[in-house]
Amino acid sequence: MKNSLADRSSGGIICAALITIFFFSGPLHSQEDLVSLSVKKIAPPSSLLATDHKYDNGNSISLSWVPSIDDALMNNPIVAYKLYRSSNDTEPNLIAELPPGSSYFLDNGVSTDNSYSYSVSASTNAYEVLSNRTESITPQSEWINYNKKYLFLMVMIISGAIMYFIVSAKRGKELFVRKIAGLEAIDEAVGRATEMGRPIMYIPGIQDMDDVQTIASLTILGRITRTIAEYDSKIFMPVARSLVMTAARETIKASYQAASRPDSYSDDMVNYITDEQFGYVAHVNGLMVREKPATVFLLGAFFAESLILAETGNSIGAIQIAGTARPAQLPFFIAACDFTLIGEELFAASAYLSGEPMQLGSLKGQDVGKAIAMFFVLLGVLAATVSAAWDIELFNNLLDNLNELFS
Amino acid sequence: MSLILARKEKRSSMDIGMFFAALLTLGIFSFLYKDNPVYKVCEAIFVGVSAGFWAITYFFDNIHKKFWLGVFPQEGDSPDYWLWGGAILGFLMLLRISNKIGWIARWPLSFIVGATAGLYMMLYFVSNALNQVADTMMPIVAYASDNSVLWLDTFGNFIVVLGVVTGLIYFFFSKEHKGLFGTGAQVGTWFLMITFGASFGYTVMSRMSLLIGRLDFLFGDWLGLF
Repeated sequence: MKNSLADRSSGGIICAALITIFFFSGPLHSQEDLVSLSVKKIAPPSSLLATDHKYDNGNSISLSWVPSIDDALMNNPIVAYKLYRSSNDTEPNLIAELPPGSSYFLDNGVSTDNSYSYSVSASTNAYEVLSNRTESITPQSEWINYNKKYLFLMVMIISGAIMYFIVSAKRGKELFVRKIAGLEAIDEAVGRATEMGRPIMYIPGIQDMDDVQTIASLTILGRITRTIAEYDSKIFMPVARSLVMTAARETIKASYQAASRPDSYSDDMVNYITDEQFGYVAHVNGLMVREKPATVFLLGAFFAESLILAETGNSIGAIQIAGTARPAQLPFFIAACDFTLIGEELFAASAYLSGEPMQLGSLKGQDVGKAIAMFFVLLGVLAATVSAAWDIELFNNLLDNLNELFS
Repeated sequence: MSLILARKEKRSSMDIGMFFAALLTLGIFSFLYKDNPVYKVCEAIFVGVSAGFWAITYFFDNIHKKFWLGVFPQEGDSPDYWLWGGAILGFLMLLRISNKIGWIARWPLSFIVGATAGLYMMLYFVSNALNQVADTMMPIVAYASDNSVLWLDTFGNFIVVLGVVTGLIYFFFSKEHKGLFGTGAQVGTWFLMITFGASFGYTVMSRMSLLIGRLDFLFGDWLGLF
């Protein structure tokens, strides 16, 4: 019994000694060796090529590579290809993650000011293997951008329509323009101010001359001031931008000259107040209640001040004609003003008021553009509906082409 | 309790700047009653200070930072000679103070208006026309992945398409709004008005937050009442 116990204890000691030796003698392999023994590493993607994307404005680089050979296996271990971009030799950043099988990517996040190098990795759930890094490349811009070819085509069609109608109008063809209530009321509003012996206030919005609404507003101003000059009424115009002041003075001066009343013009008709939005509003509000204009025009680009100005104008009993292309401000004008030019009516106003063949032809040409837009909307809706319901190839292709056309 | 007191102490301040700001706020608010001398003073301060502020800001941002440092850069940078074009146009604008050659000031003005119109034509054409058309090309009937009809989405898609088409009809200027065309324009007007109504409510609520901000300043930061 003792012997058997002694044998067991000696056997246990030997086992313990072996285990201790095993643990304290260090691992047989490094951690990497163990991973390589247990997991077969995948091959990286190869032949990564970065080339400048031709015929663009220099904001694209084309990337192509040969996928990892492990990508074609039955149990594909690759879950994604990760693209890394280094700008001016800085640390690479992940820019895209593409599904297995991918071999091409168009990087649209670059500019001609920097140079870029790329690497692509094949990624499994456990690790990723990187390809070689490409040489640095700087994208170039070309004179012709092929990505915009459909845009060019459409602009040509609409411009052609505009030119056709301008020529037609010049040859004496009558061009019909429907009545726009807000513009019909302009003569009445100016006449009312003249009869009451009170001035007219014109506010061209708070944006500068680089806003098309301000430009449209000054075009309308030219027509209105001509009527004002003919009626010998008075106008004052506080502005929030110095360039607008200069342009408005030129416009009014030209109108007074056209109405054969150049002596009635004065630079004091237009005054710069301040660029600060609410500083301008504070002054215009004060001016309204002190001068009590009979008519207030609010035509141009307006922001948060629209309701404040329109409400003050309403409180002094002025007839108000407003117009803007900013959808968020239109509700306030509709609520507080007598007449409102909605969106494009503001841009159509100058053609409507002038009745000149050139401007009327332009208006008619724009209507052709709207008809084309409506046609494509209906065609696209038809294609999308049939494609979604019955998956017919003809309509699928039509929808794809339309999407490419308008992308 | 000590926390509340500390917060009040932090928020309530009677320093001269805040006192002045509160008086100006109340002065501007006084316009709600009627135009008065206090409002006139506040208005004049607001206009004068802001005009001066913007004059200085524009000078340093444009003339000093953009132009001067652009054409006379620090060592290592190359000068941008294109900036002289802007400087010359700016100088021509100043010629309007002369009676004899003031007409030259129209040139830079014409340049700005023409360049703006050209630049924005493409921008507006893409954002206001092409993108809108592309986004409206949607299936009238919306299906789920199991091919069942999504009635709510279908209704939504129908409303979007109808709103866009009738809205476009409303903005046709070269055709009288009569008959079927007139009905389409009338429907377009309803869509516009419903949209404006929703926008009105949304924007009024955002303006209320501006008022709350001012009241918070008066009663919280200034008086320290909450």
